[in-house]
Amino acid sequence: MSVIEQFVSHHNYYVTILLMVSGLYIVIASGNMIKKLVGLSLFQTSVYLLYLSPAKIVGGTAPILDEKFQVYSNPLPHVLILTAIVVGIATISLGLAIVVRIYEVYGTIEEDEIFSSDGEI
Amino acid sequence: MSAIELHLPALQVVLPLIGAMLAALTRSGRLAWAIALVVTWVTAANAVLLVIQVMNSGVPISYVLGGWSVPIGIEYRVDQLNVFVIALVALLGAVVLPYAKRSVAHEIRPELQYGFYTMYLLCLAGLFGMAITGDAFNAFVFLEVSSLSTYVMIALGRHRRALLASYQYLIMGTIGATFYVIGIGILYLITGTLNFADIASRLPEQMDAFGRPAMVALSFLTVGICLKLALFPLHVWLPNAYAYAPSVATALLAGTATKVAIYLLLRIFFSVFGIEISFRTIPIGQVLIVLSVAAMIIAAVIAVFEENTERMLAYSSVSQIGYITLGIALANQAGLTGGLTHIINHAIMKTTMFLALGAVVYRIGTSMLPNLAGIGRKMPLTMAAFVISGLGLVGVPGTAGFITKWYLVLGALEKGAWPLVAVIVASSLIAVVYVGRVVEVAYFKSPSAELADVKDPPLSMLLPILLLAAATLYFGFDTTWSAEWCAQIATDLLGGTS
Amino acid sequence: MKYDVIMRIGVKLVLPFILLFAFYVHFHGDYGPGGGFQAGVMMAGMLILYAIVFGNDALNRVAPRSFVERCVPLGALLFASVGLIGPYFGYRYLDYAPLSTNSIHAREWGILLVELGVLITVAATMTSIYYAFTERGQS
Repeated sequence: MSVIEQFVSHHNYYVTILLMVSGLYIVIASGNMIKKLVGLSLFQTSVYLLYLSPAKIVGGTAPILDEKFQVYSNPLPHVLILTAIVVGIATISLGLAIVVRIYEVYGTIEEDEIFSSDGEI
Repeated sequence: MSAIELHLPALQVVLPLIGAMLAALTRSGRLAWAIALVVTWVTAANAVLLVIQVMNSGVPISYVLGGWSVPIGIEYRVDQLNVFVIALVALLGAVVLPYAKRSVAHEIRPELQYGFYTMYLLCLAGLFGMAITGDAFNAFVFLEVSSLSTYVMIALGRHRRALLASYQYLIMGTIGATFYVIGIGILYLITGTLNFADIASRLPEQMDAFGRPAMVALSFLTVGICLKLALFPLHVWLPNAYAYAPSVATALLAGTATKVAIYLLLRIFFSVFGIEISFRTIPIGQVLIVLSVAAMIIAAVIAVFEENTERMLAYSSVSQIGYITLGIALANQAGLTGGLTHIINHAIMKTTMFLALGAVVYRIGTSMLPNLAGIGRKMPLTMAAFVISGLGLVGVPGTAGFITKWYLVLGALEKGAWPLVAVIVASSLIAVVYVGRVVEVAYFKSPSAELADVKDPPLSMLLPILLLAAATLYFGFDTTWSAEWCAQIATDLLGGTS
Repeated sequence: MKYDVIMRIGVKLVLPFILLFAFYVHFHGDYGPGGGFQAGVMMAGMLILYAIVFGNDALNRVAPRSFVERCVPLGALLFASVGLIGPYFGYRYLDYAPLSTNSIHAREWGILLVELGVLITVAATMTSIYYAFTERGQS
């Protein structure tokens, strides 16, 4: 298999990896607490793609049993990711709520400013 | 078998979950505490019954949720290893709760107290779920349930830095959990199943074709779980989280949260991948040994220089977790026994120490070392418990800590790793220094005028502390329910898979 | 927006249909895409739209904040308790078989009740988030 062929047939995995790494990078490199959460969200979302890509069966239809269809997409990853999305939302909204509290208490959401006002924790 | 006995595995998780919702409905701290008290003690009894049931049956108990059979449905699978963890968590959760009433009333605003108890119960439900489930993805969901409630508990701390600590932990914890999901996802792609036992049975035949993805999955899982269990150098979140969370939350987390993560690591290493793949195909064992040694020494040294006693104990926790992971990484009978025994011993000792510090905070409002001058004379029983557990951390014979270190040294010798013995001894000596600093300040300095009226905390707080301190001593003499049981579990883990 | 006539009349006309559609999505969840989650969000959307146009005081009369916040655990409690029907009648936890003699029907009922719990929790959570945002820093 040529390199290009491999890239094209696995393109969704490359996208996954790109999203994953850029999400992690934002979490690490950004000093703004909201941006960090955005990065975190991106990182989590990339995992959804990792699960969902292989769940799609070529030519498969929605997994509702019917005599007319033989090939179905795999429903399990979808269910798992539905759960993971809910977990992700809960995490991000809790994170945002904490950031709101931090802003109320410190008056800023830049990490370096917080550390300079409160000392390294 | 009576009807209720059949449902013990489900009740273990469902009771705290329902309790949490009831506590949230009351919107009153006092009522929520009463509900939490009842629920934690009932779950503790439930856990004890579960232990008896597992001991009697001899084989793992399987409970399928909703009547869907394995591997389609989610299975709760209780064997020696996780019933041990569940019993530990349940008993600690129950013992800490009577203490919580006054401590929480002192540290958390009245209108938020019911929320604390809700989160306390949710956290327990999450931890039980993580330990009991036989489904890899279900474990992730419970992991997040316990983590999210933990973040909230930490954010309720009295200092404004608690918010930062909680935020930091949220970021790190979510990355860890996501790494875990990635690992599980890859395993699912390889084996097509999410049931731990099922993955384990299908993995060997796939190793030839998918050996490399399996290694990637193992690496992701290891890193993700190690973030949750605060293995050095992934421990950055832990000291702040422990130092700024409410005392009760710290005591609970120090005793339980990291321990359940360790259980998950054991499950992945020994039950799912098997000792052959985990330790011989890629050098995870060696990496873990190096990191454990670094944790034992470096974190202990940092603890020596801490002025905030709660942060000091938190670093000590990182160091002690090093002992447990060292035991796991040695992957031989004695080493694993030591690691497993330290799960229970460290949980008891650290919970005692954090509870004792919480009592100090309750009386004098701070836990900074200079403020503790002479506290040993003013709060004799509390500090006596602290010292007993401190001696346990050091590993003085007659305390629980000694048993652990003895097995770890045996394990290291069995491996022919003499330097590790030196490291264990060195780390213990550093523990003498940091525990000694507190003892020196508390007993050999004269109390300041501000401490004139300070005395031991009320009985509801004192009893849990003394009970746990007594347990530290008890497990130093009688090891039936710690080391001997752990030795049996270790045999199962090593024998069942290699 | 309290004095904007078109807005007030228009929203009053739309609100019942949003609620109706929310229930449709909930009950139709058995046969097609939908369920408690989506329905809950719609219901919360209705409440929030009402609050945006008529103000928080009006919403407080329809769905008082303390009531909404109590509904969050209530829904989850319903979810967890429905599961207990199974063990009570000698089945496994989350097994809805005792709800009907026909096993498929029993599951349908079970899921409907569980989804009702989800609906309550989701709708209440969204509304309390709205309350939290708008009333923060005012008291």
